[in-house]
Amino acid sequence: MASPRDAMITGIGLVSCLGDGVDAHWASLMREGGCQPVVDHTSFAPWPVHPMTALELDRQIPRRGDQRQMEAWQRIGTYAAGLALDSAGMKGNADLLSRMDMIVAAGGGERDYAVDTAILSALPSAADPGAYLNEHLLSDLRPTLFLAQLSNLLAGNISIVHGVVGSSRTFMGEESAGTDAVRIACARIAAGQGDLFLVGGSYNAQRADVLLHYEMGRLLWKQPFAGVWHRQVQSGGMILGSVGCFLVIESREHAATRGAANLAHIAAIATDRSRRRPGEATAIATHQFDAMRQHLDPSHAAVISGASGAPAATMEEAEFLRDLRLPVRATASAFGHSLEPSFPANLAIAAISLANRRLFPPLEASELETPMAAELRQVLVTSWGHWRGEALAVVEAA
Amino acid sequence: MARSDVDSRGRPVVVVTGTGVLTSLGNGKQDNWRELTAGHSGIRRISRFPVAGLRTTIAGTIDFVPVDELSAPALSQRLAEFVIDEAVDEAAIGSSGDFPGPMFLALPPVEMEWPQRLALAAASGANETVTYDDLLRAAGTGRFARYHERFLFGSVAENLAVRFGTKGSPVATSTACASGATAIQLGVEAIRRGECEAALVIGTDASVNPESLIRFSLLSALSTRNDPPEAAARPFSKDRDGFVMAEGAGALVLESLAHARARGANIIGVIEGCGEMADGFHRTRSSPDGKPIIACMQHALDDAGLTPDAIGYINAHGTGTPENDKMEWVGASAVFGERAASIPISSNKSMIGHTLTAAGAVEAIFTLLSLRHGRLPPTINYDTPDPTLPVDCVPNVARDAQVAHAISNSFGFGGQNVCLVVGTP
Repeated sequence: MASPRDAMITGIGLVSCLGDGVDAHWASLMREGGCQPVVDHTSFAPWPVHPMTALELDRQIPRRGDQRQMEAWQRIGTYAAGLALDSAGMKGNADLLSRMDMIVAAGGGERDYAVDTAILSALPSAADPGAYLNEHLLSDLRPTLFLAQLSNLLAGNISIVHGVVGSSRTFMGEESAGTDAVRIACARIAAGQGDLFLVGGSYNAQRADVLLHYEMGRLLWKQPFAGVWHRQVQSGGMILGSVGCFLVIESREHAATRGAANLAHIAAIATDRSRRRPGEATAIATHQFDAMRQHLDPSHAAVISGASGAPAATMEEAEFLRDLRLPVRATASAFGHSLEPSFPANLAIAAISLANRRLFPPLEASELETPMAAELRQVLVTSWGHWRGEALAVVEAA
Repeated sequence: MARSDVDSRGRPVVVVTGTGVLTSLGNGKQDNWRELTAGHSGIRRISRFPVAGLRTTIAGTIDFVPVDELSAPALSQRLAEFVIDEAVDEAAIGSSGDFPGPMFLALPPVEMEWPQRLALAAASGANETVTYDDLLRAAGTGRFARYHERFLFGSVAENLAVRFGTKGSPVATSTACASGATAIQLGVEAIRRGECEAALVIGTDASVNPESLIRFSLLSALSTRNDPPEAAARPFSKDRDGFVMAEGAGALVLESLAHARARGANIIGVIEGCGEMADGFHRTRSSPDGKPIIACMQHALDDAGLTPDAIGYINAHGTGTPENDKMEWVGASAVFGERAASIPISSNKSMIGHTLTAAGAVEAIFTLLSLRHGRLPPTINYDTPDPTLPVDCVPNVARDAQVAHAISNSFGFGGQNVCLVVGTP
């Protein structure tokens, strides 16, 4: 039953290796002969990475001065936020933007590699290592780099460039930052604590420092590209992807009042955590699913999985999904795993598919990724973080 | 007359039943309140790392809390553990390791730091020139797996959730120097939605390290008045020249009034209203017209169902930067009109420095204590009034005052503005 407080997706901004915008993504996912992910095997060899498609930044970030003040992750996010506002028909609408609430899922920006490596090379033999570090950081760090790295400055840049100023909150915590951002936006809409939200995040995977971070955890795939499920046959591992995704989420009544088109309905969402002892994530996901399954029509439903490729969690999620007996698509096989924006991006893929009333073909040969001929009416979106965090949402056709 | 369990809009009233605080003035409410009302400063010369060549050599570091393998997230987590223990103990809620509600944590952004980077470089065996390829090779040995976990943005909240048994997915937030207030607002909203009866809210920050200090220094945000350290933070003074970085943590147990009453809890104060408004003017500066700050305070008052004349005290953001204090006065004078100059407005940062991510939570707690004890902490180092800021900043000496409602301001880089209205039970 439709409620005026339903959380509707009314705008999508999505950029990844598959392209710039919703249409480019759908075309790529529906490509004859199967989706062809773009993989950069050379820049960071042996680690494959899904690079961001070329973006005409001027289209969404018109002032070059603003572009210069940002690192790549902020530019990707600010660009995607602009696309979402365009898609929702809100760009430049100061009245709406001044009361739009923003929740951004953010990590941080990249290091200055030249500064880092120069210091790492010379510091151990410096006469006074502490003084050497101080002197070189003080003279070599760009003053603006701090703001270009700072987590809450993606939101700050969106306020500056697009004028979203109703409120601005940044969540941190890898995949969970993205899932909780959406959950809290939906909960606030349901409770009347807001009508209009901009929610999402961005990730720049083309960075030695993020590869370093996940390599320390030995969580990366170091062989030629393979799909998420196929990787599990061997040691498993993540292939990171550069992604930006923002969603405009608003109450059904607010969308109706301003004549906005509903793209999809976030009918249910739950987030939780476990310590990931064997079976714990499954227990949480099962509990989440049981609370939602009564509304599910399996003959018209599919799963968009956020499986990262990280071994233990992906293996366990595969088992959980097998029992659901629904067609599954793991989008990390198409545009890589992107931590913070991964869940918003998968909601976007769900919404695009629902708007087209069909599921795109399998992304890899896997018993989980079965073809689906029936009309698509509901999508379960999973997010099992590579380390922590389990989330599940049901997205329905609007 | 006793408060109703719901406010004028029919929402659950959110009360505070436990607080914990740790700053450079000490560990725990008792020590902090004594030092704060005595007008003492916790700012000292930095001893944690060499300060040779730095323009700013002072900070409000926490040096009395030992931690294994020091890093900002490690010490931030440790500080959070102390203040949560104190808050949960005071609230006498749940049982040990089983807090009956969600967690909202204000946390500084996380990244690997120089000691770890140097450890990787050393392990790589690289000779004269170290590259990221060398670091990556060292990472692949698996000897640094603990760094993966330590420097995730999510691991402090996860570890605290495990230790204190909070429910659901813990939310870690960063709205720069407004983060602590944002965490409180998230908790208040969750209780008002009826999602939970109690929430654990924390702000913690222990990021005084060479690179963090230098980053703020490069933005010319820090005081360089190094000698004597305790005189550097001078909010509202004509000769203020920047803020002083500091560490600290604050935790609050929030509860619906109905729930607190039902279990006979001691109620410390009420979070009556929260307001926010982002500023799209500039990355580090406020709109010159002060509109976002004004709107933020007004939203908080509206949310509390109060008019400006109900406010008897302002706990200032009061960083002591030339820009902040000027804009805060612009905001206050617009919201409070002619009364602005006579409402006491003091800055805890004059004594504890700027606890950054933690400030919103730490200062909300000090505001609650001010109401509870009927005593307003001073703004110290107020020797040279700024004639353009005709504030009653409770200069240099604490003052007795019975106040029913106060506002606590938090403003941060990136156009972040959050104001909280707190009241007596």
